[in-house]
Amino acid sequence: MALLQIAEPDMSGAPHQHNVAIGIDLGTTNSLVATVKSGEATVLCDSNGARLIPSMVNYGDDRLSVGHEALRLRISDPANTLVSIKRFMGRGFADLDPDVVYPYKFVAKSDANIQINTRAGIKNPIAVSADILTYLRKLAVESLGEEPSGVVITVPAYFDDAQRQATKYAGELAGLKVLRLLNEPTAAAIAYGLDNKQDGTFLVYDLGGGTLDVSILRLNQGVFEVLSVSGDTQLGGDDFDHRLYCYILEKANLSQLTDEDTAQLLSRAKLLKEQLAEKEKVAFSAVLSNKRIVNLTISRTEYETIVKYLVQKTIQPLKKALRDAKLDKDQLDEIIMVGGSTRMLAIRQAVTEFFGRAPLTSINPDEVVAIGAGIQADILVGNKKDDWLLLDVTPLSLGVETMGGLVEKIIPRNSTIPVVRAQDFTTYKDGQTAMSVHVVQGERELVKDCRSLAKFTLRGIPPMVAGQARIRISYQIDADGLLSVQAKEMTSGVVAQIEVKPSYGLNDEQIGAMLQASISHASEDIQQRQYQEALVDARAILDSVEKALIADADLLDEAELTQINHACMKLRIAIEQKPLELDSAGKKIRQLVEELNHATDSFAAKRMDKAINQALTGKEIADIDN
Amino acid sequence: MGISATETAAARVQAFLAKRGKGVGLRLGVKTTGCSGLAYKIEFVDTPANDDHKFDSNGISIFVDSKSLQFLDGTVLDYTKEGLQEGFKFTNPNVKDECGCGESFTV
Repeated sequence: MALLQIAEPDMSGAPHQHNVAIGIDLGTTNSLVATVKSGEATVLCDSNGARLIPSMVNYGDDRLSVGHEALRLRISDPANTLVSIKRFMGRGFADLDPDVVYPYKFVAKSDANIQINTRAGIKNPIAVSADILTYLRKLAVESLGEEPSGVVITVPAYFDDAQRQATKYAGELAGLKVLRLLNEPTAAAIAYGLDNKQDGTFLVYDLGGGTLDVSILRLNQGVFEVLSVSGDTQLGGDDFDHRLYCYILEKANLSQLTDEDTAQLLSRAKLLKEQLAEKEKVAFSAVLSNKRIVNLTISRTEYETIVKYLVQKTIQPLKKALRDAKLDKDQLDEIIMVGGSTRMLAIRQAVTEFFGRAPLTSINPDEVVAIGAGIQADILVGNKKDDWLLLDVTPLSLGVETMGGLVEKIIPRNSTIPVVRAQDFTTYKDGQTAMSVHVVQGERELVKDCRSLAKFTLRGIPPMVAGQARIRISYQIDADGLLSVQAKEMTSGVVAQIEVKPSYGLNDEQIGAMLQASISHASEDIQQRQYQEALVDARAILDSVEKALIADADLLDEAELTQINHACMKLRIAIEQKPLELDSAGKKIRQLVEELNHATDSFAAKRMDKAINQALTGKEIADIDN
Repeated sequence: MGISATETAAARVQAFLAKRGKGVGLRLGVKTTGCSGLAYKIEFVDTPANDDHKFDSNGISIFVDSKSLQFLDGTVLDYTKEGLQEGFKFTNPNVKDECGCGESFTV
């Protein structure tokens, strides 16, 4: 019979509907799957009892190998064994580090996503990740006895939207129902139960095999917000192994090793490092391919001396993260250690010393992220009654139309909801008493390329000089994704508002298409934006020069007047012409604005003198002094 | 007769309860659904109900409501591992027939 798990009181599902959810830590080096069984989060094992599955795929002639099997094939078949594919997620060729030599045959297409030629055909990072995720899904099915009903996949806090979207697609390709992407540091905080608090500030120190990620999170009313991220993409446990390996060479007086010996000593160094976390002294012996025997004893003190500078190097990003979050060390409520390399005592000591208190280490640092994802997934499929985390994000940016048909983003895409953001705007014309607020959604720079959600008008603005009024436009999205927009004139307090459902009528496909468009039109959009901004500036200056001429033309002599009129005319012609090419048209307008500015320099000075004279007329010297 | 748990099952239940941080025991019951008529349910108990029968076995308390007890009397709860799966298993002397997976049954 099927084996059963304990449910929460009154939460038993119908038979054959277990609602099991899984959390996946899709790592650069290793991946893990976790689930909640009988209220306890556990990491699932594969048939060999391994919990850490190497994030590697080997594309053989007629065989796909993932995990440990791919790891074994890596040495003999590096070109078809894809490792650390996470570094390529959502990236183009332009993002590749030119200093790194990859053993892969990249498909050269300069502006497209990264594609790699393998024996099994052309693969992109999404497809490779999907192969890893499929393997993990099967592992879960074997271990749970059924298909998971939903999954939470973790991503680094610094992942941008393209990288997140790519991860989500990979999950869907693997046949998983992706409930949510969760930031890795947030998952670690959830694993430690920190989400049960009302609020708090946490620092997550994640030292993996090849990277160091430092994140500072703020928990506010059950919602985690990332305050800052910092780290080092080229510093990880592998560097400690390598340092120890070099030390072994030095101590044993070895040089000119064969590839085989190098590989052997490197993996022995890794083992030695792990043993030194538990023992004061470890004996080391190895037989090299030339039959030479190496016998050494290395003490923890020795080890800690040689890696001291590496340990210190991991402390720098902590300072930067604190600085970026504008926080002091003692404003942190907890420090969480993540990643297998944080087992090293030297690291724990250095972190403890830096913060003046011990970090949280009770959960296995390799598993803590997966466990947090598993717990979150369990809650999201509804297996826990009174615990509902509101960690949703906005799929697209929300903005407001400004002069010239431009979009000013108020709530950026992927903001966690509920969220409130406000920005101040001002009037464009003297004496303007109303303002139209146009709410739009999308990533493009121009209103016409975004989706219009709502329009309303704020009336009753007291008449003021252009630029004097302060109109605060605030966007608020509540927990159900409902957007309300409010416009408030700050001096008089007049208010107008509207409520809209932002994702109304947009399905995933459309959101995807809009994202795609924003990426492919990026440079065109920027030119368009610059042109429109130049137009707005030009109209504003023409408007003010005209007004000044009406008021004070008598301050000017004929020559000056002609010069100003001439500059005005040239600018007016330029802005009324339909641009043939946006970039040059925008530059031309900017140049003419500059010329007009220059032509009116002395006029402006004269007007200023006149204004001061008027202000001073009829006043005593004593008054002026004050 | 009553209801009992094997030592392994009891130890697991204790561990789960400790991890959960609250709860007084385990509820076993039957629900009238599933492809063969009845199905087992197994839940944590925070507050026992008035008509619950309480059985103490290997250091844990098992609660069963009167209606379920007639279908479960004599049941032994075990915790086993089968391949990669592990979980609780009911050995119920009342069962005459069960569906393929054993999750629902008739008496």
